[in-house]
Amino acid sequence: MTPGVLFPALALLAVAAFAASLTIGPADVGPGESLGALIRDDGGPLTIVMREIRLPRAILGALVGASLGLSGAAMQGYLRNPLAEPGLIGVSGSAALGAVIALHSGAAAAFALALPLAALAGATVAVLLILVLAGPRGSSMTLILAGIAISALAGALTSLVLNLSPNPFAASEIMFWLMGSLADRSFTHVWLALPFIAVGWVALMSTTRGLDALTLGEDAAQSLGIRLDRLRLLLIGGTAAAVGASTAVAGAIGFVGLVVPHILRPFVGARPALLLPASALGGATLLLLADIAVRVVLPGRDLQLGVLTALVGAPLFLHLIFKTRREFA
Amino acid sequence: MWAFARISDPLRRVALAFGLWAAGAAAAWAAADAPSRVVSLNLCTDQLAMLLAPDTLVSVSSLATDPTSSAMHDAAAVYPANRARAEEVFLLDPDLVLAGIWSEAETVAILRRLGIRVETFPPATTLDELRTQIARMGALLGREDAAEALIAGFDADLAALRRDPPDTTAVVYFANGFAGSDTSLSGEALRAAGIRNLAAEAGYGGGRLPLELLVLMEPDLIITGTRYPGTSRSEAILDHPALRSAIGSRPFVTIPDRDWICGTPAILDAVARLADAAEALR
Repeated sequence: MTPGVLFPALALLAVAAFAASLTIGPADVGPGESLGALIRDDGGPLTIVMREIRLPRAILGALVGASLGLSGAAMQGYLRNPLAEPGLIGVSGSAALGAVIALHSGAAAAFALALPLAALAGATVAVLLILVLAGPRGSSMTLILAGIAISALAGALTSLVLNLSPNPFAASEIMFWLMGSLADRSFTHVWLALPFIAVGWVALMSTTRGLDALTLGEDAAQSLGIRLDRLRLLLIGGTAAAVGASTAVAGAIGFVGLVVPHILRPFVGARPALLLPASALGGATLLLLADIAVRVVLPGRDLQLGVLTALVGAPLFLHLIFKTRREFA
Repeated sequence: MWAFARISDPLRRVALAFGLWAAGAAAAWAAADAPSRVVSLNLCTDQLAMLLAPDTLVSVSSLATDPTSSAMHDAAAVYPANRARAEEVFLLDPDLVLAGIWSEAETVAILRRLGIRVETFPPATTLDELRTQIARMGALLGREDAAEALIAGFDADLAALRRDPPDTTAVVYFANGFAGSDTSLSGEALRAAGIRNLAAEAGYGGGRLPLELLVLMEPDLIITGTRYPGTSRSEAILDHPALRSAIGSRPFVTIPDRDWICGTPAILDAVARLADAAEALR
């Protein structure tokens, strides 16, 4: 499939998923009627439902999914390892820890931007740790082991903070922060996350030329004029901003950044310059579909998004480990 | 006594207090075999016992002094608190232990094995159960007269509050999108104030009501509970802009949880507040 066909097809899928997300919900309203109420304000409650409940949810689904797909593809390109994924290597978990600390220390209540900023800080620490531990070529073994350790530590500290909260509901929200959900989010969350996500996307998309060159090896990339330290900085900053802000509003959603680049890689000839934007579109589609599924499969049960993405992603992860097992021997 | 305070004049309050005290004193005199060392393990039995026989109580649960949950948190401050652990209760040497039927089951089983008399109370879900429980507590503590007076006072105040406003609708909405049901004290309070419970009518009472369905129901009033300290995502739904938009410029009606967690006359405060809110709509 040529890029000329692939990209319109992916964009079409993403738009279709976005429209479906807008028209599917607990309220039994036809698609025409609901989209009509979204576009023109009839002063009725349906417009409130569409504009203040479903629209921000669909926008967040697209933003978060694209961020996860994009940063997964970028990390895999940089480490040249198909197992690198923000959720698996603990970046999402650390971002969730940052967000939880900001919320439960009262910082987020005093200063709204403290929430995404703290999540970003958490994500930055995790990305830095991974790059230091895994080294420039990122062997699967160290990558996975470092990811397990960072995820476990971040998860435990997240639980600790929530258990220490004076709020009786906080402890039951451990699941949200570890699995993620888009239920009942509003435009407040969109505006909070959007600037950071946008900066993250710009940073990550500017790595494509460097990542393309890097497929030839580090020496070749340097001889092509790629500055590796700058590339690394963009990758760290971009991933931290995009994943951090996404996690701050939607919790840690795993496997999107693993599944999407894996599916799309054959279509783009494994070229990062094409894989990154394709994974952004694919990630948005996947997360929107997962978010539709949680509403359709178990309505009223607040099924977490990460449950669905893990059901799809974990078997694929095992398959990838199986394929790369010679590295471990 | 406090329950009637907000709707009665001071004289009546004094008279009622004296009446309760006199009745209690007389009953204590008469019933020499009534328990004299009562330990309560449950927030709701704490309050019933404090209302009827405050002098016989040796210890109340630690929740009784929590202002969010307990309508009698001030009165409870004078009692040593217990955490419903069998050994601490046993060491208090009670002749009667009061407990709920769910939360303290393990402790209750141990205490019964040790030969201590334990009486358990289910949570009251209707005003009738509230009256029955006051009467039963009165009988257990040998304060039948005080119980009778309390019930009579409750009924008189309730009758004074009962309204029949033209069609007013409401949804009782809690953290996690949980909607108040019809068969609960909150449902009873709504009924007493003459307000329709839309979530219950639509079959969502006592369960999760999706926010968008609430918006489409267009209730006149949205009734919420107390916010707990700290932050939580569960309570964030109560700040959702759509919830605000759903009732336009009208404020939410906040009923402190303590008014209807337990079946005590404190529910009258909730009824009065709801009736006022319905009144304010026109």
